[in-house]
Amino acid sequence: MSSKKSPTNAIQFHSQVPFWRDERVLRIAAQIVSAIIVIGLLIWAVINILNATEQRGLSLGFEFIGESAGFPIGESDIPYDPSRSFLYAFLVGVLNTLKVAVVGVFFATILGTLVGIARLSTNWLVSRLALVYIEFHRNIPLLILLLLWYRGFFTRLPDVQNSITLPGPMYLSQRGLQLTWPRVTPNGWPFVISILLAVILAIIVWVYLRRLQEKTGRSTYFSLVSLGILVVLPLIGFLISGGNPLQADVPVLSGFNFSGGYQLTPEFAALLVGLVTYTAAFIAEVVRAGIQAVDRGQLEAARSVGLNYSQLLSLIIIPQAMRVIIPPLISQYLNLTKNSSLAIFIGYPELFFIGKTTINQAGRAIQVFAVIMAVYLSISLMTSLILNIYNRRIQLVER
Amino acid sequence: MVSNVTNSLEDIRPPEPPGLNTWIRKNLFNSWFNSLLTIISLVLIYLVISGLIRWIFTQADWEAVLKFPFLYLVGQYPRDQLWRVGLLLAIYSLMIGMSWRKWSGIMRVLALTYAGFFVFLAFWPAPVPTLTLWMRAALLANLGIIALGYFLGGIKKITPRYLLIAWMFSLVVSLLLLHGMPMGGFLDIVPTNLWGGLLVTLLLAIGAIVISFPLGVALALGRRSSLPMIRIICTVFIEAIRGVPLISILFLFSLILPLFLPTGIRIDRLMRALIGMTIFSSAYTAENVRGGLAAVPFGQTEAAKALGHSNFQITALIVMPQALRTVIPPIVGQFIALFKDTTLASGVAVLELLAVGRSVINSDPQYLGLQMEVYGFIAVVFWILSYMMSHASRRLEASLGVGER
Amino acid sequence: MSRKFLLTTSLLILIAIIASACQSSEATTAPGEGAAAPSGYGVLVQAIKDRGKVVCGSRTDLAGFGELDADGRNVGFDIDLCRAIAAAVLGDAEAVEFVPVSAAERGPALQTGEVDVLARNATWTSTRDAQWGNFTAVWFYDGQGFMVPVDSGINSIEDMNGATVCVTSGTTTELNLADAFRQRGLDFTAVTFEDTATVYSTYEEGRCDATTSDKSQLASVRQGFATPEDHKILEITISKEPLTAAVPSGDDQWFDIVKSVVWGLINAEELGVNQSNVDQMASGDNIKVRRLLGAEGEWGQADLGLEVDAIAKAVEAVGNYGEIYERYLGASGLNLPRALNHLWTNGGLIYAPPMR
Repeated sequence: MSSKKSPTNAIQFHSQVPFWRDERVLRIAAQIVSAIIVIGLLIWAVINILNATEQRGLSLGFEFIGESAGFPIGESDIPYDPSRSFLYAFLVGVLNTLKVAVVGVFFATILGTLVGIARLSTNWLVSRLALVYIEFHRNIPLLILLLLWYRGFFTRLPDVQNSITLPGPMYLSQRGLQLTWPRVTPNGWPFVISILLAVILAIIVWVYLRRLQEKTGRSTYFSLVSLGILVVLPLIGFLISGGNPLQADVPVLSGFNFSGGYQLTPEFAALLVGLVTYTAAFIAEVVRAGIQAVDRGQLEAARSVGLNYSQLLSLIIIPQAMRVIIPPLISQYLNLTKNSSLAIFIGYPELFFIGKTTINQAGRAIQVFAVIMAVYLSISLMTSLILNIYNRRIQLVER
Repeated sequence: MVSNVTNSLEDIRPPEPPGLNTWIRKNLFNSWFNSLLTIISLVLIYLVISGLIRWIFTQADWEAVLKFPFLYLVGQYPRDQLWRVGLLLAIYSLMIGMSWRKWSGIMRVLALTYAGFFVFLAFWPAPVPTLTLWMRAALLANLGIIALGYFLGGIKKITPRYLLIAWMFSLVVSLLLLHGMPMGGFLDIVPTNLWGGLLVTLLLAIGAIVISFPLGVALALGRRSSLPMIRIICTVFIEAIRGVPLISILFLFSLILPLFLPTGIRIDRLMRALIGMTIFSSAYTAENVRGGLAAVPFGQTEAAKALGHSNFQITALIVMPQALRTVIPPIVGQFIALFKDTTLASGVAVLELLAVGRSVINSDPQYLGLQMEVYGFIAVVFWILSYMMSHASRRLEASLGVGER
Repeated sequence: MSRKFLLTTSLLILIAIIASACQSSEATTAPGEGAAAPSGYGVLVQAIKDRGKVVCGSRTDLAGFGELDADGRNVGFDIDLCRAIAAAVLGDAEAVEFVPVSAAERGPALQTGEVDVLARNATWTSTRDAQWGNFTAVWFYDGQGFMVPVDSGINSIEDMNGATVCVTSGTTTELNLADAFRQRGLDFTAVTFEDTATVYSTYEEGRCDATTSDKSQLASVRQGFATPEDHKILEITISKEPLTAAVPSGDDQWFDIVKSVVWGLINAEELGVNQSNVDQMASGDNIKVRRLLGAEGEWGQADLGLEVDAIAKAVEAVGNYGEIYERYLGASGLNLPRALNHLWTNGGLIYAPPMR
């Protein structure tokens, strides 16, 4: 309609149009209307909730969260027993989610990169195998993959009396993987603290010196200095704690199960392996695309300048590929974290599992739900915040 | 003279195509490292394949899969109404056959897979009382219907446009045929709580992607809007949905939503799962569409503005068509993801394929040990269907010329 | 031109889809308008009669109690209770809409009135009775026990110190397990799953040293194992599990009807009325029987809003309590000993108030 307006009309736009066609008025009106609709919907929802809670005798309070949970949790890195509160049970769930997410991200990155590189291999068989791996995982529902791993592998390991001994010693059985684990001796704490300090200090020094080098152009030996910090500080800590800060806690079979060491349960292992293998297939595609995005001309130019293969990789390919890889990679990390909620089907007690059990045992579906959503949302928002900061930095570098 | 010419021709002839030996040496054993990789890979392949074959043919017990073909296909759909599903399959056979002739390409792959499905089902080794000879014959008859469709597709009067419209209406027609007319009529109503199996899996995925598409487009436009209020609302919605796992959204809609609804309104379970999947999918569609919109050069908008087009016209006629073309491949990818994600609906008591598998396992304690067989079977079904779709999507991508510019 | 045409068509189709979606949700809503929150005596009963269907919250994944047969029909001990209720109220045992409900949804399904009756082997506890709705009359008495491998040397809970136990999450079973061990100051590791099949198969494969659940379930599951003789069920019972159907709170008439149907089926067994002889018994001369079957007097059908022969119809459709038990849990089903679920006259706990 408006396209049929004669040009003169268009020129006189500001002076003569009636207010209902004035763009400025319309813009404000549209916003007010949408705000009213959204606020109206919210109010409607709230009224409904209040009505429903009254009618159905639901409670919206959070008092229950301090009551004792009563249900057992299969694995927890902080001491838990059923007399602890629901809040504490939630905390266990959050920690379990973070545990599988962090470890999963680590291994998925390694495996995904390997498969992605294999996909580009000049060896026809290896490249085909990588393709089969990727296609297999991309076209199968994660939930079924998890069930297959759990049912088909981890519960079919030898029983605990006949467990497989791996170097370490580690023991692999139906009860999971029992690791020998370093335990801090009573006077070993200075050593642990010194390691933490060293890592933090090393990173700060590394970043600072590197910037200095970029600015001044003079070599500051940033890698060497940080490495020095990483060696010297723990050494001091080691001496302070009397030379015996850590003790190997070797698992021993006693009664029904191993005691001592650190146990990774089959449920955790199945979830981890499932998430890692699945996500790795997607990461492999991201990595492949990233590497292929590097212009061939760049490689040829670098070769002709005389860079060797490792220089080519570290100075030309990786920095450019990373820029393409990082954003989709982080979204894969986020997917992995969210997908860990599927653990509910194979019995790993992460946040969602604990939440659902709480709904079963205490009712209070609405409150429990709010907590679950809030935790996942804050993990996601935090990650996208980091991603945004990274993107901004990359853009600066580009210019 | 003549021999001379042949000689010179021989000189410029391209070298003989490399023989198998050369190829193997070049691609598999060109360095010690690659040779090592090749050998490791061969061992790996042998172990996996021989292990699988041994399991499938000697160790596995397929009773829990083979005995219940209809349960896996349609769940609890009344057995005396099965002809409706059959009719639906026949209608699709005809349409797929016609599309094959008209469009070839992807449609050929689809048609062949569809035909394969019928052959597979017709020879399903279930006891004859469950799957009667008549039913098997009817299934095979679909091959003829596909052929008929292929023949009819050659008629000039049936233009691709009519076929496209038929496809668009097919979803509504399927729903009406399966459910019966809402107002009664000559078909019995089959309430959705009786639907199940692969039928529900497909319905959830297709329904969610179709309904979420316009929602997603609206959200994407809203997020790019110059009006701060609308932009904020859309952004918050999209980010909130993308920030939480699908399973929690399904729970929100199946468990919490009914608590919020005013007295007297009840939404059936399949619908609740569908709403959950749709809302979830719309946020992802929105981001895909936004990517597509960003790919349209700003000059297009400026040029259109200069020609005096209104904002609506610019969006609907200039920016959107260009954006949507680039958006098709990621939307197909999203559809595949959604299709796989329907398995999560089993967690909210919707009897889709995986949930049917679980009920079968639970229905008899003797099936407890047959979980690998059931899950393996379901995995294969999902794998074939999603592989088909991603294959089709790649061909579509190539034919649209997206990705090369 | 053709683009505009396509645009219009696709818009139309979208509208059609949305409309059909709304309609299909209406289709289940409209007849039961107001059913979602029955507020007052007889309101829900009227709604059910108008709708012509009883909505029954059930499960499809527990052998014997609620499962699907090869034709996709709901069958089981709990399922037949719903059919009996439908037969009594509507005169048609098939007038039931079975809604599969997951464990977590049981409470909300009742609170929101999504189901008219929840027959999904839920344990009656006082908190649930207060939170969810009203629990009717006990349908099956159970108790929680343990199953262990014979060669494990476990004979008591004390022997299980430090053991790993497989259990279904979100159930009273899980809580009882924790209580039992805490009471005795023993240590254990729980491996919990939502899905009962996963619990048992995980135990069978040896992931756990023991599994715990209602003894009836354990017995039926044990028979399905590859080598049943390698597993035994311990004598100890650590809890009371009265599995009971529940109704939404609000309509006391409906509450009474469901209770009466349960009692009717029990009394029918006590009086020797079964599926095959119900007609001739009604014309027989036993006054108690005649009253139960509506051949003489009224035991309150008028107050309950039922036909006089409501119980007769229920028995005709699914049989008496004993027959239902026999069909799914007895010799022709899971082969569980009746034990506590014998009639009180046979030393069990199944006892119903007189119908008069």
